[in-house]
Amino acid sequence: MGSLSELYQNVILDHNRAPRNYRKIEDADRHAEGYNPLCGDQLSVWIKMEGDRIADVSFLGSGCAISKASASLMTSIVKGKTRGEAVALFDQFQRMITGQETSGAVALPAKLEVFSGVKEFPARVKCAGLSWHALKAALESREEAQVSTEY
Amino acid sequence: MTATRGLIKTPPSRTPLRPLDVAAVRQDFPILRTLVHGRPLVYLDNAATSQKPQPVIDAIDEFNAHRNANVHRGVHYLSQQATAEYDGVRERVRRFFNAASPSEIIFTAGTTASINLVAQSYGRTVLRPGDEILLTEMEHHSNIVPWQLIREQTGAVIRVIPLTDEGELRLDGLDGLINDRTRIVALAHGSNVLGTINPVRQVADLAHARGAVVVVDGAQSAPHLTVDVQALGCDFFACSAHKMLGPTGVGVLYGRSDLLERMPPWQGGGGMIATVSFERTTFAPSPMRFEAGTPPIAEVIGLGVAVEYLQRIGLESIGAHEANLLQYATEQIAEVPGVRLIGTGRDKVAVLSFVMDVAHPHDIGTVLDHDGIAIRAGHHCAQPLMKRFGVPATARASFALYNTREEVDALVAGLLKVRKVFG
Repeated sequence: MGSLSELYQNVILDHNRAPRNYRKIEDADRHAEGYNPLCGDQLSVWIKMEGDRIADVSFLGSGCAISKASASLMTSIVKGKTRGEAVALFDQFQRMITGQETSGAVALPAKLEVFSGVKEFPARVKCAGLSWHALKAALESREEAQVSTEY
Repeated sequence: MTATRGLIKTPPSRTPLRPLDVAAVRQDFPILRTLVHGRPLVYLDNAATSQKPQPVIDAIDEFNAHRNANVHRGVHYLSQQATAEYDGVRERVRRFFNAASPSEIIFTAGTTASINLVAQSYGRTVLRPGDEILLTEMEHHSNIVPWQLIREQTGAVIRVIPLTDEGELRLDGLDGLINDRTRIVALAHGSNVLGTINPVRQVADLAHARGAVVVVDGAQSAPHLTVDVQALGCDFFACSAHKMLGPTGVGVLYGRSDLLERMPPWQGGGGMIATVSFERTTFAPSPMRFEAGTPPIAEVIGLGVAVEYLQRIGLESIGAHEANLLQYATEQIAEVPGVRLIGTGRDKVAVLSFVMDVAHPHDIGTVLDHDGIAIRAGHHCAQPLMKRFGVPATARASFALYNTREEVDALVAGLLKVRKVFG
């Protein structure tokens, strides 16, 4: 098992205390709810698109430090990315937190490496992935979307 | 761990209690010698599942190794022996709950299965459109969802007894909530989140005056209180072996015999019939009518030994020990800055739920786990209750007979560490 300081790195604690883009986008054109039925954590992601590009992205919700910090960092990283780039980042992020090789065309931004400690804490992998799943669901659907970690 | 002597309060004007020797009790639980992340296990998740003493582990192993056979089916030696042992546990469980007859004790898969049985057999028989099922705001999902399923099937209506801010039932409006349409009142004896012990007798008297039956979810009370189903005045009582030092996969449903006699089977199969032909099947009387298929025999035998173990230590001694730990833990945790207790009722089983201003319950759980301390973090299968208290989740420490003051101290030290990490 990893150490606590590997899991709760300062960047994570900082984003937990002061999450970025923690608001609702009133004129969002995409929205998804991410839900973890095992723990009750719930989080909403809003996206404003400009063509194929994510012009603005935000979130609100209740969750642990890992899920909140992950959502906060995610919003700051995918802003300005195309839909394809964001989905590729999702794949890479999932691989990292589940302890698989991160390879392929898209490199994960160094900022996200603070979540590499999560793979040592299997109970917390879903916390880190929740906002990314919601983002992907929002990007893939033009309607209101709902995504759960359990199905 | 040293024994926590001098902890046990003796209730006035009673036979002095045999004080619980916690050091000796701990010797019986091999898992308590386990290291978790290099630290001695501090197991405070007893409301989720309790640990098993060596005699329970041995009884299951020995049955499987030397005496395994099916019950109620064979003329051969082992089958007869297994049947006698299995039915012997029924009698032991009858005494444990002071039921009037062993035919009132049905072995099920657990509390959830017991409640589903009552809902599907009794509920389906009596409920008509507009009839009311009364629940409480503190119920576990297993005492909500089975009633919602039968509501959809019968057109019945669910009503809910609200809670005070302390987490006790609001009894002021109960007279109106229990009315002539009420058929079933289903409530927890002890809350798995708040710890609150509900005044079952008082509710049962009101319910019975209106002709309703009372179904008690006893998952959290059976391991900690002396439960006398007749004194409690309940019509059905459900519990799980794995929360009372026994194995998973087996539970108990107590039902009043005059009700059970009129109830149809819930599941059909072997063992629950009198005669079967393709035209017509007649059913065995209770309890066999409600035990279709081969039961979890080794587990039932394990339950019997668990019940015997609880009785040998004494439910009153256990209750006094746990009440003392709860009081100590409540005082100590209240000293940790930023902690808010959820569930501050007067009469509680040893369950302590709380939230912290600086950390989500999952983060509390992870930090404590790192020091070998096992608590539960989450909604505890009681989402309506979380909503009532305006929290997404709580952290919960729940105590059993083998827990000590030193373990409470470890919990408090862990919470101070949480403050250091997140504060």
